[in-house]
Amino acid sequence: MSKIHRGVSLYSFQEELFLGRMTVEDCIAFGASIGAKGIEILPEQNMPEFPHLSDADVARWQDMLARHGAHFTCYDMFLDTKLRKDSLMSDDEQVESIVRDIKLASRLGIRNMRVLVFVRPDILARCVPFAEQYDVHLGVEVHAPWHLEHAWILRTIDEADRLNTRHLGILPDMGIFMKHYPPAFRARFERQGARPEVTQFIVDSHEDKIMAEYTIYEVAVKMGGNKAEVAMAESLRHAPYANPKRIGDYAPYFRHIQAKFYEMDEDCTDPSIAYDEVIPELVKCGWEGTLSSEYEGNRWIQDVHEVDSREQVRRQHVMFERLISQAEAKFGAKETV
Amino acid sequence: MFDKYLIDGASVRNVGPADAPTGFAFEAKLGYYRGLVLSMIEELAVTLDGTELPREAVLFDEGLGPISLDAMETAYDRRWAFGTPATIIVNHPGGLPAGEHKLALRQKLRVSYLPFPAFNTDEKTVKAA
Repeated sequence: MSKIHRGVSLYSFQEELFLGRMTVEDCIAFGASIGAKGIEILPEQNMPEFPHLSDADVARWQDMLARHGAHFTCYDMFLDTKLRKDSLMSDDEQVESIVRDIKLASRLGIRNMRVLVFVRPDILARCVPFAEQYDVHLGVEVHAPWHLEHAWILRTIDEADRLNTRHLGILPDMGIFMKHYPPAFRARFERQGARPEVTQFIVDSHEDKIMAEYTIYEVAVKMGGNKAEVAMAESLRHAPYANPKRIGDYAPYFRHIQAKFYEMDEDCTDPSIAYDEVIPELVKCGWEGTLSSEYEGNRWIQDVHEVDSREQVRRQHVMFERLISQAEAKFGAKETV
Repeated sequence: MFDKYLIDGASVRNVGPADAPTGFAFEAKLGYYRGLVLSMIEELAVTLDGTELPREAVLFDEGLGPISLDAMETAYDRRWAFGTPATIIVNHPGGLPAGEHKLALRQKLRVSYLPFPAFNTDEKTVKAA
């Protein structure tokens, strides 16, 4: 039995959920049908009763999961520091909001929380006693353009070390491993008026890992880029390729992964995110946790294509099975991280 | 992320007496992948045939009763749920005259983790039912 479990975030089905073409139960049933039995939820998306869930609401979710042989893996929290127009939430209010989420996660039987990356490490430190009491891991989302070794992320790692806790850490979003520029992004910018020779220049610059600011200046000033071209060049600021070889160093700090992707090809390969480098590193270091699909391609294609989130997620899981079994054949299974 | 789905074009109707409408109304969704407390919805700007209508003319109702945009700023206990239509009512004496009109909606959201406000826009060609 593999230590890498497969799951899916309901975020993946946002197009169909938004349009009322799928219910949350449809999403769970589909995930289970392809072996993605770990379900990540966004209570503020998927639970209309939020934040006032009754015991009957909680039981209804548990029954729904049980019907499909599925289970919760992760709770995606939000923190509305700008709830009021005129003043930011106080530190006490921020802690109170996060503790509310920890308690709700615990009631739902969820042991991982995706913490938004902007939440301050010192606020999280104040939440650690509650995370320990309720046994919920607080994982700061390492989301592009942040990356594993960004100084802001290292502050959370430092806090976790200082507090000697296993309940505070990170939660990597695989968008940080963007090895190739997503073809879906390029196609959308071209439909918005970007010229193919300019988009090729931007793709080549990303392929060469040239720092974004050089490319933006080239496109905006030297090439006289139009609005779509400049916007595409600026997207490079959010397109990092972090070093997969560092995964092992940080593995003790995470138990869940948001497996971000923008598109899967028909042959079940990802043209952009370096899963073929990431998954071997996860296996090699003996990491245990869930790879939770996070499809975010809908917004790039919905202007011209019907969105089929199920097919996209299915293809990603075919890739996961292939890469996990190849890596396990190569490295074997290690006992502990 | 959901711009083109915000306005339900088929829901547009005049409100008030049939012979003297006081305005029009339509159903719309929040262009965001989660629900939001109303206080963080800074603007629901309605533009009719290229003219933006006054902020004071716009009312919002997610099911708990119509509320002005100014009152929404402190509506901390009301929420616009994900993927759920709410009614936008616009005081516009005479309502929509017969025939096609361009109706646009711009939503300005205060999303805490973003350094800037988020804007969503949709425009549809509509007729009052």
